Amino acid sequence: MTAATAFPDYADVQGLLRFGYKHHTESAFALLRVRNRAAARQWLASAPVGSAEKGALPPAVLQVAFGAEGLRELGVPDAIVGEFAPEFLGGLGADANRARRLGDLGVNDPARWQWGGPGVEQVPHVLVMVYALPGRLEACRHELESHWGIAFDLMRWLSTTDMGGVEPFGFADGVSQPEIDWTREIPPEDHDRLTYGNLSCLGEFLLGYPNEYGRYTARPLLEPAGAAAHLPRAEDAPDRADLGRNGSYLVLRTLKQDVPGFWRYVDAQTGSDPAQRKELAEAMVGRRMDGQPLLPPSATLIAGVGTDAAERARNGFTFDDDPAGLRCPVGAHIRRANPRNPDLPAGTTGLVSRAIRILGFDADALHADAVASARFHRVLRRGREYGVRLSVAEALSGRAPQVETGLHFVCLCADLARQFEFVQGAWIAGSKFAALPHETDPLLGNRLAAPDEPDTARFTMPRAGCPSRVVDGMPPFIEVVGGAYFFLPGIRALRWLATA
Amino acid sequence: MTPQGHFMVVAEVRPGHEPALREVLARMNSGPGQADPRNRLLPFGRFDKLHFARLAILVDTTHVDLAAYGTTPAPLPTYLVFLGDCDGPGGAQLDEFVRASAAGLREVFGHCVGCPRDAAGLAAWLRACDRPVAAAYVNWIGRTRRRIREERALAQALAAQLRTLQATPPGQLQAVRRQLVDYVAGERRQGRLMVTPEAPTPLGWWLRNLLHAIAIPVLGLVALPLLLLYAPIFVWQLRSRERSDAQIAPPPDPAHVAELATFEDRCVTNAFTAMGSVKPGAFRGVLVVVLVALLDYAARHVYGRGHLTRVQTIHFARWVFLDDRKRLLFASNYDGILESYMDDFINKVAWGLNLVFSNGVGYPRTNWLVQGGARDSQAFKNYLRRHQLANAVWYKADAGLSAMDLARHTRIREGLERASMSDPEIEDWLRLM
Repeated sequence: MTAATAFPDYADVQGLLRFGYKHHTESAFALLRVRNRAAARQWLASAPVGSAEKGALPPAVLQVAFGAEGLRELGVPDAIVGEFAPEFLGGLGADANRARRLGDLGVNDPARWQWGGPGVEQVPHVLVMVYALPGRLEACRHELESHWGIAFDLMRWLSTTDMGGVEPFGFADGVSQPEIDWTREIPPEDHDRLTYGNLSCLGEFLLGYPNEYGRYTARPLLEPAGAAAHLPRAEDAPDRADLGRNGSYLVLRTLKQDVPGFWRYVDAQTGSDPAQRKELAEAMVGRRMDGQPLLPPSATLIAGVGTDAAERARNGFTFDDDPAGLRCPVGAHIRRANPRNPDLPAGTTGLVSRAIRILGFDADALHADAVASARFHRVLRRGREYGVRLSVAEALSGRAPQVETGLHFVCLCADLARQFEFVQGAWIAGSKFAALPHETDPLLGNRLAAPDEPDTARFTMPRAGCPSRVVDGMPPFIEVVGGAYFFLPGIRALRWLATA
Repeated sequence: MTPQGHFMVVAEVRPGHEPALREVLARMNSGPGQADPRNRLLPFGRFDKLHFARLAILVDTTHVDLAAYGTTPAPLPTYLVFLGDCDGPGGAQLDEFVRASAAGLREVFGHCVGCPRDAAGLAAWLRACDRPVAAAYVNWIGRTRRRIREERALAQALAAQLRTLQATPPGQLQAVRRQLVDYVAGERRQGRLMVTPEAPTPLGWWLRNLLHAIAIPVLGLVALPLLLLYAPIFVWQLRSRERSDAQIAPPPDPAHVAELATFEDRCVTNAFTAMGSVKPGAFRGVLVVVLVALLDYAARHVYGRGHLTRVQTIHFARWVFLDDRKRLLFASNYDGILESYMDDFINKVAWGLNLVFSNGVGYPRTNWLVQGGARDSQAFKNYLRRHQLANAVWYKADAGLSAMDLARHTRIREGLERASMSDPEIEDWLRLM
């Protein structure tokens, strides 16, 4: 483990991987297209991009990411661009097969998107994310726009609203995040994990490091000559410069939320009883509105959650003791997004028991095994809300202001197919998650009938001692209105892009 | 119990006929690669014993990889394969196809070498072209199409009935169950729900199956002393090969992936077809035959009750040798997106995949036959995609049902047939609905 001595390399990592910039309550994301390559490179060469090093809070922080076409526009040779992940190259909104797999159909169809849809001119080349302390955003935006001049065409600013850590439906947001193993305490070996952990290998989020399989995710490796000599070397190929190292893939999806529609539906299902209404909404999400989970903390500590009582209460739980979903329904949003299970279903320790579970002879274990190995499917979320915040009463009043409201969903991962696309396609949009029939994610599902699945608009709440409660006829509550895949480079890689 | 059978007609496409054949096959579809159950050529939906079927043109783009093993790849013909799974013997299903759709079949197979013109000749020819499976996995041995239909109707009716009892307060589980049991009894009397008793198990099949169950372990026991003597040599042979065998798993051609993806995720189940060359030499040639035979043994006698090791999403799977065991074809019907299927392979049964497929040219490097391999997840996914073939036509009889749905329906029926249940059992049973 000699390689571990150089870590963490915070100075070369963009800050978003480590921070949510919660003090920088004002933010806006610029979608840019390169107008003049030389001018664009010039700006990138000295853009004040915030690193993951801790220090005094700057008034504003920039983060910069690139689309595949953006890399080409900046002059990165096709052969190098071609070594990035195929999902990144194919793009989020341009491939009908991807759209079908991710549930981006019907109201979510990329052809209807405000930005990022099919057609090259819809897709941003560069994403600049600006995070500012209160009152500092406007000045920063103006300064940037004056610097950009001929370098970029500004497609649009995605503005955000500080809702105080609550997403528009009214639930605390971003409560659970994977803990990144910055100091590389997890040995880079491949073996089954028998307990759920929240500590993820650095390589799950940063390219150039071993992932949960103990392997390096593919990314462009270059001849370390010329400008590329300043790039970090690849750990797994020391004679090559690593363009991916300390970088990550960034998914940005603009999710428009129908807040009145959500609360009206829940209200109608519960006969307008406020307590029941809240209970149903919380069952759909899988957490209380204030962010507390529906289950008590596990008896044993979970790696990567911390020992602090408040943190344990919020995230120190698994669903092991609730296989039927009596406390947190199996189809609840947070259970789909992260089922919190290990590589093998729970059972007694010992080689024989383990062999029985590996071979699939334990019926109870099999029942719980429809979904497994959550550690390979984690994403780091950095979303920001936009629009107006409504209280439940306002949402139900019928007089809610007609302002588009929602979430600019941002997530980071090293393997788009295995992390973001898997969670979205198999767990969120899939109509057979954990063998549940007729359900997709209660918040994000598009409710579309498939040719062979006429009804995906239900939600089941198992109850003890009596039949499950089933609600149906659920309309879609969110609409995807924009999105794209980006590469968020390490800072040296960013400078290389400006000079290569 | 009616066991499930398989057929796989492999016929050489006449030189120059591939484009015309593709056009004919496309006419059987209602969407990309998705068979129209009522298509004129072979109306799959009319055959009530047929579970799954597919037609694919085998164009082996990875055959050239043999060069990395110092072998000059011999030129291979292009095959049309027609494979499927059915209740009862596969040969009988082929005969039934001919009886109902001889003209349509001739339109398809007329593009193949040797297809006769008359119906009697066609049936015999199809049977002659039917390749034996080396290993076959059936999700639930004995679950017929009729049973699937009846259990589905039962499950749907019970779920709807249970919705009317949603408001039942806790503590009345026995009453709820009684109402459901009475409801089904009433519906059965009215002929609206059916539970047809199982047909007797064919004696010949039962005997052969029993013999197979006994013979393989006996053979193993007899050979054990020899195998023990051979073991050290085996280890040396294996380890030296594992260290030197070339891994060929570059990212697949994006155009190839795009073509495959066009056919995928159109319904809950997807079809996977892949082909590869067996590594040259006697060692791998024998090893793969032995391992596939053991796999077949496990599938027939150990599994076949809803899961293959930990994987519960496969309806049918088969391994078939082609060209004098120089190539191996794998075909399966699985639920969910390919990414989740591949992740099941990697995270749940990498060891099982490694056992068989590490004998294939270019497979990601294994250690001790079971370690590594598929756990090199990116290389493994590249390898699979690169070896995967597009299905020209794919048919699934019971639309919308995942393998876990089928198992759930079976458990609902079994619960109904029980004389009594405890309260916790009823709770579990109701949750299945």
